[in-house]
Amino acid sequence: MSNNTSSETHHMSYGTYIMVWLGLVALTAITVSVAGLNFGSITLTVALLIATAKTFLVMNYFMHVKFEHTVFKIFIAVCIITFIIMITLTFFDLSFR
Amino acid sequence: MSDEVIESVALHPTSHATGHVHRDDEASKMGMWLFLFTELLLFGGMFLLYAGYRFLYPDGFKAAALEMNSFIGAVNTIILLTSSLSIALSIAALQKEQKKLSIALLVFTLFCGLAFLVNKYFEWSHEIHNGIYPKGPALENMSEGEILYFGLYYTMTGLHGLHVIVGMIFIGVVLAFVVKNKISSTNYTRLENAGLYWHLVDIIWIFLFPLFYLIH
Repeated sequence: MSNNTSSETHHMSYGTYIMVWLGLVALTAITVSVAGLNFGSITLTVALLIATAKTFLVMNYFMHVKFEHTVFKIFIAVCIITFIIMITLTFFDLSFR
Repeated sequence: MSDEVIESVALHPTSHATGHVHRDDEASKMGMWLFLFTELLLFGGMFLLYAGYRFLYPDGFKAAALEMNSFIGAVNTIILLTSSLSIALSIAALQKEQKKLSIALLVFTLFCGLAFLVNKYFEWSHEIHNGIYPKGPALENMSEGEILYFGLYYTMTGLHGLHVIVGMIFIGVVLAFVVKNKISSTNYTRLENAGLYWHLVDIIWIFLFPLFYLIH
């Protein structure tokens, strides 16, 4: 992880990107096959966990978040936490009506 | 100490100290991220609505999702993931001064976007042909949950499709800049921003796919 010439950009190799893509395709294959197995209620949980893992890969490598300044990471965390709070509060209301 | 200052100016051509270049790549990227957050909350609201209605009408959603062709959905997922790869590679190629490769990868990304939209067109035509549209013959006989599912399906995939179109326009403009050397190996933030937008479109689809196609 060296900081290169003109700007503070971290340059990634083609190989890393292709590995990440292979991981994403593999996770897609897993989601489709798990859905076919019919695990009942945990199917949704598994699907969402896999989607989250894929998002993690896309954000960290394709969107370079892993190599950005901390301020970007804080921004993203605040945004995601805000959204999680919205979902949690909504479900408190829905579940206890 | 003055040496350090000179060095830092030399290392950061974006600095105002150089006089002739007024550019702040970090701020430009941060602006893009702030915009992406508003997009996340726009789609987030819809995902919230989806979650609420799916919780209230689990059977209706399950029945409606049987109409979906999960094969086309999976193919479209792979297409978008591949296009995300190609735009990321295009940035890497430009950084390595491989302009032709960078341009070819951007054209490929546009091609993937088009392929996604063509698939979506066939999907929607099939559903509309089957009478699933407002006041359509099939929709009239459906339960509340199924109707809500299709309402959300058309709205969310439609809005996502609109984002694919906007992303393609964005990439098209950036592609023209690369061809004219207005975006180069030392000045590629606009290309990166187009990439960020395209990846966001990809991430939204990563969630739309299991939520609409893989309900069991």
